[in-house]
Amino acid sequence: MERLRRTMMFVPGNNPGMMADAYIYGPDSIMLDLEDSVTMAEKDTARLLVYNALKTIDYGDTEMVVRINPLNTPYGKKDIEAVVKAGVDVIRMPKTETAEEVIEVEREIEKVEKEIGCLGRTQIMAAIESALGVVNAYAIATASKRMMGIALGAEDYSANLKTQRTPEGSELLLARETIVVAARAAGIDALDTVYSNLNDMETFRNEVEAIKKLGFDGKSIINPRQIEVVNEVFAPKEKDIQKSLTILAAIKEAEKKGSGVIAVNGKMVDRPVVLRAQRTIDLAIASGILTKEDIQ
Amino acid sequence: MELKNAMAGTLESGDILIQIAPSDVDGLHIELDSTVAYQFGEQIKNVIINTLKELGIEKANVKATDKGALDCTIKARVTAAAVRSTGVDVWA
Repeated sequence: MERLRRTMMFVPGNNPGMMADAYIYGPDSIMLDLEDSVTMAEKDTARLLVYNALKTIDYGDTEMVVRINPLNTPYGKKDIEAVVKAGVDVIRMPKTETAEEVIEVEREIEKVEKEIGCLGRTQIMAAIESALGVVNAYAIATASKRMMGIALGAEDYSANLKTQRTPEGSELLLARETIVVAARAAGIDALDTVYSNLNDMETFRNEVEAIKKLGFDGKSIINPRQIEVVNEVFAPKEKDIQKSLTILAAIKEAEKKGSGVIAVNGKMVDRPVVLRAQRTIDLAIASGILTKEDIQ
Repeated sequence: MELKNAMAGTLESGDILIQIAPSDVDGLHIELDSTVAYQFGEQIKNVIINTLKELGIEKANVKATDKGALDCTIKARVTAAAVRSTGVDVWA
């Protein structure tokens, strides 16, 4: 089953209580933050907290991501050393603008992985937070075979565009579409930006519905209360589940007979349709609508 | 190893505040104030002592104010305070 990334929950890397509890709420990914949520005076302590938490706490199947400081700060290299040694799944690069930055991070990761004998283990994702980053989105998405996704960071991006965020998000449309297209062309995931007003769940839901339509795999979130809304929006509808089950059963039958193309209810079913059906079923299982036993 | 006064951590729930100071007397002297001292006091002290010994610190006064920190948090806070106290980082 393909890994789902509907929710990537931001947790400040200097808050041990939140780091210990975060997985209880069931986000698909947890992103421990060493960058913007940590003051310069506490970068050293946050790095040690994140390192020890990753080494010790059992986060189960939750994907563990750490947002590091940029390599052009005094903290970036040490962040990479610490989190790679701790066995993090994904390093999230902030404010990525060029493919060269990704290559530089990859080089640092490799150095540490070679030292501890686990070459190739750590994945990379890049947050795109500026006009230049959006222009270079595809180059960033394809800069390394370790890339698993690209994400929009809308606060910095809006400031860089000399505009402000609005509830309808028209200022982000080009960036969002560019990121989804770049991610799909590169065969990796696309993650949307955070929505920070926790008192306005209606606008949040509208935003999640909109980004799902654009093709995003999920959304960065800042509070466990947002998980349920995202999961509800991303949960497949009953009609789609039934259709997908029919398609998967039909293709299984066809494969037995050595055929790759079939018709279901008069419509041609080929590889893209099967992939979409499989994703619908994966989402249905992740959403608790189906169990693995249901599809056997 | 020469030490100077240093601290790391907070008094928030789930955290621990570690203060390290130089000592004239041999050995590690731990003063622990914890909400869970009755059940976990010895374990917390052991984590502090083992972490300091791993970093080569055998002589220090340590004041620990615990608010229910996990072992990994205690280890992180002790290491951070020790690094600040000695000026010797644990990363390359």
